[in-house]
Amino acid sequence: MAVALILVLVAVGSVVFHLVSPWWWTPIASNWRYIDNTIIITFWITGAVFVAVIFFMAYCVYRFRHQAGRRAHYEPENKRLEWWLTIVTGVGVAAMLAPGLFVWRQFITVPEDATDIEIFGQQWQWSFRLPGPDGQLAASDARLISPDNPLGLNREDPKSQDDIVIEGGELHLPVNKPVKALLRSPDVLHDFYVPEFRAKMDLVPGQISYIWFTPIRTGTFEILCAELCGVGHPQMRGKVIVQEESEYQAWLQDKASKSFARLLPAPKTGASMPD
Amino acid sequence: MVDVPLGPTGVIAAPDVEDVELYHPHSWLTKYVFSQDAKVIAIQYSFVALSVGLIALVLSWLMRLQLGFPGVFSFIDANAYYQFITMHGMMMVVYVLTALFLGGFGNYLIPLMVGARDMVFPYVNMLSFWIYLLAVLILVASFFVPGGPTGAGWTLYPPQAILSGTPGGQDWGIILMLVSLMTFIIGFTMGGLNYVVTVLQARARGMTLMRMPLTVWGIFTASFMALLAFPALFVGAVMMLFDRVLGTSFFMPVMVEMGQPLDRNGGSPLLFQHLFWFFGHPEVYIVALPAFGIVSDLISTHARRNIFGYRMMVWALLAIGALSFIVWAHHMYVSGMNPYFGFFFATTTLIIAVPTAIKVYNWILTLWRGDIHLTVPMLFALAFIVTFVNGGLTGLFLGNVVVDVPLSDTMFVVAHFHMVMGVAPILVIFGAIYHWYPKVTGRMLNDPLGKLHFWVTFLGAYAIFFPMHYLGLMGIPRRYHDIADMAFVPPSAHALNAFITIVALIVGATQLVFVFNLFWSLRHGKPAGGNPWRATTLEWQTPETPPPHGNWGKDLPVVYRWAYDYSVPGADQDFLAQSQPGPTRAGSGSIHG
Repeated sequence: MAVALILVLVAVGSVVFHLVSPWWWTPIASNWRYIDNTIIITFWITGAVFVAVIFFMAYCVYRFRHQAGRRAHYEPENKRLEWWLTIVTGVGVAAMLAPGLFVWRQFITVPEDATDIEIFGQQWQWSFRLPGPDGQLAASDARLISPDNPLGLNREDPKSQDDIVIEGGELHLPVNKPVKALLRSPDVLHDFYVPEFRAKMDLVPGQISYIWFTPIRTGTFEILCAELCGVGHPQMRGKVIVQEESEYQAWLQDKASKSFARLLPAPKTGASMPD
Repeated sequence: MVDVPLGPTGVIAAPDVEDVELYHPHSWLTKYVFSQDAKVIAIQYSFVALSVGLIALVLSWLMRLQLGFPGVFSFIDANAYYQFITMHGMMMVVYVLTALFLGGFGNYLIPLMVGARDMVFPYVNMLSFWIYLLAVLILVASFFVPGGPTGAGWTLYPPQAILSGTPGGQDWGIILMLVSLMTFIIGFTMGGLNYVVTVLQARARGMTLMRMPLTVWGIFTASFMALLAFPALFVGAVMMLFDRVLGTSFFMPVMVEMGQPLDRNGGSPLLFQHLFWFFGHPEVYIVALPAFGIVSDLISTHARRNIFGYRMMVWALLAIGALSFIVWAHHMYVSGMNPYFGFFFATTTLIIAVPTAIKVYNWILTLWRGDIHLTVPMLFALAFIVTFVNGGLTGLFLGNVVVDVPLSDTMFVVAHFHMVMGVAPILVIFGAIYHWYPKVTGRMLNDPLGKLHFWVTFLGAYAIFFPMHYLGLMGIPRRYHDIADMAFVPPSAHALNAFITIVALIVGATQLVFVFNLFWSLRHGKPAGGNPWRATTLEWQTPETPPPHGNWGKDLPVVYRWAYDYSVPGADQDFLAQSQPGPTRAGSGSIHG
């Protein structure tokens, strides 16, 4: 009796905890509401299964507890029941997988009008690069990294001339404009993670990965690193500031006028490129 | 399945297993230390694994102290914290759980349960243990070398694992870790071959594959998987060791270290992740499948009822084992691999939920219409179902690719895998120890102490890990030794962290009750007799308890029935041992006969 009761309390307690817990996700600030919705669907399905399984188990523990003279029922298998349970489980799993895959397709399909930006993580700070008026980011290479060229831009690439480099600072983004973030690391794995955006992706040295999102409300959000990158991992923070278009443009003008990239001389070797 | 002709008289096929000659020990040293008896090796494995488990437990206390009361304990700085979590994780997954289930339970139970005198390669089996011990010593030695153990996280992702920004990366820590893993795998391979070949070749007459207890099926499948999965980790370790020591570039692209260019070129960090998880995901099931098998037998025995849907249980085990080799990249949804892999791996991952769910249903349907004795092993089995279902269901979040995106690398993941492959299998281990201790020692473990141990461990572990999911849902990343200055984290989250730490300390301390019980009952436990649980499987039918070297006296047992003849209608008692001749069972005798 006590055991069955405790099992029931564990199941009920878990549901109550879920409903009253003050620990819940941050208010969303990107277009990935679909992800939140899929989580909610998953919570409902899995929660119902959890409670059903534990309740049934508790019932069995109570109803079929040992008593003098009781003998268990001998029934090695029951094909019909087993197949029914398999099919129902398959349907439940499909009900979670289908929306999941549907949203994943959106997650990896970048809209045409997304602006390319670069997010550059190194031990242990975030830097950013915006494309400037030409809308394009210049090529880069970890071999070109130097104190003068912290992100390793290829100065021979004409697109580098107007790239705006923000080293260890704040990333500003205009609200309601889709962004494709190209993620690059020169040293170890990092992970660009803004809890309010839901999206997250690793930065991998030797390759460029990406995510896209559309900020849907203005505000200041914390950038965390979500992939262990050495002892400074928890201190690797940055800020993303989502602004109205006009404020963003003002900030962009200001940054462009003192762009780190533009102030630097072209490398001594190699052909110089026209502006 | 092989059909052995059976009739009421118990006529049985001609022996296809010849009796073997064993190397009998001549001295104390060869009997208790360099023993070739699988049962002694099992106890050696278990003792070392449980000792490593106590070290890992203390490490978990230290990290929880830092998380619950940040800054109070000044010796737990970032370096130490990462070293503690890394060693805790690797110890628990490989050196405790794998070693205990396969080296411990596998060695003790396989020969006894299939009716063999010993493992088929006893000498190699002995070597397996000593190489395992060597691996443990190498690992523990890293606490005492300059720079201390590696702090790369148990996943050891390069490049950071071998660079200076990580504790032990440019010192001895990572080298010892890799060498220890390679040593472990060599030792495991020796044991694993034994477990597989013994099951295939040394079963008693009449013990067809489809009559084996699910414990043997679980350990057998897991050993087979481990023999296929560990080589991936082995080559990964060799390549990383070369990268670290010889300056090769398997995992190292063009890159800088603290602003300085490194002379590396062309390697791929993702390659290591693929190798690691090609091992790492099957590893989850290498731990889980023996637990599935053992818990099936605990439930069946203590509910006095045949395991429900035995054949489905066997096929589900095999299906899970096979599927677990094509789901590995679900650990890598946000790793920067080609995102189209997500469709494939999410689908395979969620498919694996179906055979897993079948197992859960059949455990519960075994309770249905049973005669449930709430013994300590049964309590642990019930708690296993609760925690495993909980952890399995949160796996449906993380496996479902897009749902994983916000949750990946957060405390939700930590809570999930602790529930499903930490708490759940460990509850089975405890249940199994309470269940088989009487066979190993001839005495029962103390019951009130067992119940105390059970309730604190079960409810405490649940109280630790269930709320932890919600910290992850909020967005708190894992592997942060300090979350003090995060804007989105409310003060209540810190209170929750403190609560979790306090519960963890209590649960940890309660394990001392268990350790005490283990030693105390050796002398003072109630004498158990040969078959205290009135169980059907062969290990309970040995002529002597504890069974001596060779297990069976003069004649090997002969098997007449499957492992689950509990409460057969018409039988005098509520169990029929596998070695008991006579009618198979009322009604149709064709399925398992």
